[in-house]
Amino acid sequence: MENMVNIKINGMPLSVPSSYTILEAAREAGIDIPTLCYLKGINEIGACRMCVVEVKGARSFVASCVYPVNEGMEVLTNTPAIQKSRKMTLEMLLSVHNRDCLACKRNGSCELQTLCNELGVEQSDRFDGAKPDVSKDESSLHLIRDNSKCILCRRCVAACSDQHVGVLGPNCRGFDTHIACAFEKPLNEVPCVSCGQCIVSCPTGALTERDQCDEVMAAINDPEKFVVVQTAPAIRATLGECFGLPVGTNVKGKMVAALRRLGFDKVFDTDFGADLTIMEEANELLERVKNGGPLPLITSCSPGWIKFCEYYYPELLQNVSSCKSPQQMTGAIIKTYYAEKNNIDPKKIVVVSVMPCTAKKFEARRDNQDAAGAGIPDTDIAITTRELARLIKMANINFERLPDEEFDPALGITTGAAAIFGATGGVMEAALRTAADTLEGKSLDSIEYKEVRGTEGIKEAVYHIGGMDVKVAAVSGLSNANEILSKVKNGEGGYHFIEIMCCPGGCVNGGGQPLQPAAVRSFTDLKAERAKALYEEDKNLPLRKSHESPIVKTLYEEYLENPGSHKAHKILHTTYVARKKF
Amino acid sequence: MQKRISNLPFKGTPEQKQKLDEVIERHKQERGAILPVLQEAQEIYGYLPLEVQSIIAEGLGVSLEEVYGVSTFYSQFSLTPKGKYNVSICLGTACYVKGAAAVLDKLTSILGIQPEECTPDGKFSLTACRCVGACGLAPVLTVNGDVYGRMTPEEVEQVLAKYE
Repeated sequence: MENMVNIKINGMPLSVPSSYTILEAAREAGIDIPTLCYLKGINEIGACRMCVVEVKGARSFVASCVYPVNEGMEVLTNTPAIQKSRKMTLEMLLSVHNRDCLACKRNGSCELQTLCNELGVEQSDRFDGAKPDVSKDESSLHLIRDNSKCILCRRCVAACSDQHVGVLGPNCRGFDTHIACAFEKPLNEVPCVSCGQCIVSCPTGALTERDQCDEVMAAINDPEKFVVVQTAPAIRATLGECFGLPVGTNVKGKMVAALRRLGFDKVFDTDFGADLTIMEEANELLERVKNGGPLPLITSCSPGWIKFCEYYYPELLQNVSSCKSPQQMTGAIIKTYYAEKNNIDPKKIVVVSVMPCTAKKFEARRDNQDAAGAGIPDTDIAITTRELARLIKMANINFERLPDEEFDPALGITTGAAAIFGATGGVMEAALRTAADTLEGKSLDSIEYKEVRGTEGIKEAVYHIGGMDVKVAAVSGLSNANEILSKVKNGEGGYHFIEIMCCPGGCVNGGGQPLQPAAVRSFTDLKAERAKALYEEDKNLPLRKSHESPIVKTLYEEYLENPGSHKAHKILHTTYVARKKF
Repeated sequence: MQKRISNLPFKGTPEQKQKLDEVIERHKQERGAILPVLQEAQEIYGYLPLEVQSIIAEGLGVSLEEVYGVSTFYSQFSLTPKGKYNVSICLGTACYVKGAAAVLDKLTSILGIQPEECTPDGKFSLTACRCVGACGLAPVLTVNGDVYGRMTPEEVEQVLAKYE
């Protein structure tokens, strides 16, 4: 039982755990103190002064986000002096802010804008004067950094260092302070892994994904092109948030309907590629176990993780599965098998993928991802969940009133194993379902590997499969990956199979997912709520093992022969490169 | 003012590297080790280029950006090498009103470099400093340890000519 303390907030008596901050205690009392720099568990630095409150007996206002409660404390959260202080903080931020709000990506979802509105800022240029030297970094494939909209809250810095990447930070001091990379290098010249966690942490428009909506519409409107879309497992669990639906609503049917109305020629499911990944990866695992390694085998679905490995653990690249990711496998099959079968020139096919991920934009441009021939990328354009929502809004589609529709069956019938790819531990569980059946030589009934589920950063388990003990780990977030990898590097752990997802919680919490303000991110477990939708989908699907997918079966019979075949390798596998950090 | 970053080639020696490694080893376990290591590194190399900061980042197990952030926060750290002769012009209040800016202009045009830069041949570096405590001699110019008072733009060339 945690120690409780008695405090008063705005005269209201309240008993809260002694570990609470004033901010957390106030929430219990139904008071949402405004914040800007605060992101619970990630950035708790009390820097922006938005959350100031009066504490009886204290010399000055205190930052409620970091100030702990204590017995008998009396807090006032809404006095005229507090209101004036918060308003002035906003006016000062605006004095150096690029106030071109109408043309900003974050118009409507900007936390600074919301606060200005809520706290009654009536003049955006009350203080106006020198503007700091600002630059725009458009060097990388996945995001745009616009320092004219940066409020120096350091949420991106904290998110980046929480990912054990730490390429963003404050440089210089005082008025010259700005967020940038070491030696003011552009983002594409530093070891950024493209995860996009900085974007979903940013309260303003300083960090946004590289928007490719125009490229998508241009392809759709080109009569010469056959434009196919595929959506990752995690999109259906989050897209609804962009249209005001509760976190964790599965909008698969409406999503498919919207994509058809946008004009895509075919609407396919990346879950198909996920099933295929499992076939190849489970086979790779069994082969490696049989041939004595190299073990552990580490999954390769997450391009942010791949880039991390290339930069930070190049010596472990041999442990990474050579399987392309589901995005790339789906694209590769569309441009080879599907194109041949339907007599379409692969050069005329444009594969658009909708991903929870900004690193997918980078992955789509990687070398050795062109199964249909040189210059024909497996995936042409990778857009994020947010960009898809933007496309739907631009096309005036009333999302909520759409009927539920099904994916095009050619590459749209999928299994529960693929559905859970979007949550940490999902790939592991899916692979185990197939590997266990193969090793035991029969269809097993117990298919839920619950030890690898859940949002903890590192989950370990030992399963007895086919007469051997298989030690597995499911890891999400690169700090956790770093912890496991340093063990593996030292020959410790004894793992056979490790799943690594770049983003904490897996793809449901990816850098391309819908933006949620800090007030939601800090107090709602987005990872868990969104993942629930995927495990629910798994439970309700008639087929729950990848090798039972009829499309996958036919594909191997008609085209790929068997998992790990020469042809499968040519189309579905890839290579990695060791990268120098600087 | 943002710090100038050197684009001159790095000329570190194995001896310097060994010294830096020792410094890192000595401070590794401390909290906030970046600052003292940067100070000692600057004593070893004279400045803190990317190559040196990378060694520090790897050695301390922190990101390069974290090291760079500290190196740009404190004015004592320099990202450009010092030349064989460091020419320093005082831009403190007294020197400034007595015409130090014109002297600085002359220096930059003769040397072809801006403050906080070093000539490609490594001979001269230029610093704009704030008050050397000799306001009676304003404007003051120093070259390594030598002090030149009541400088005029016209005298710059002959002062520099003394240094080979």
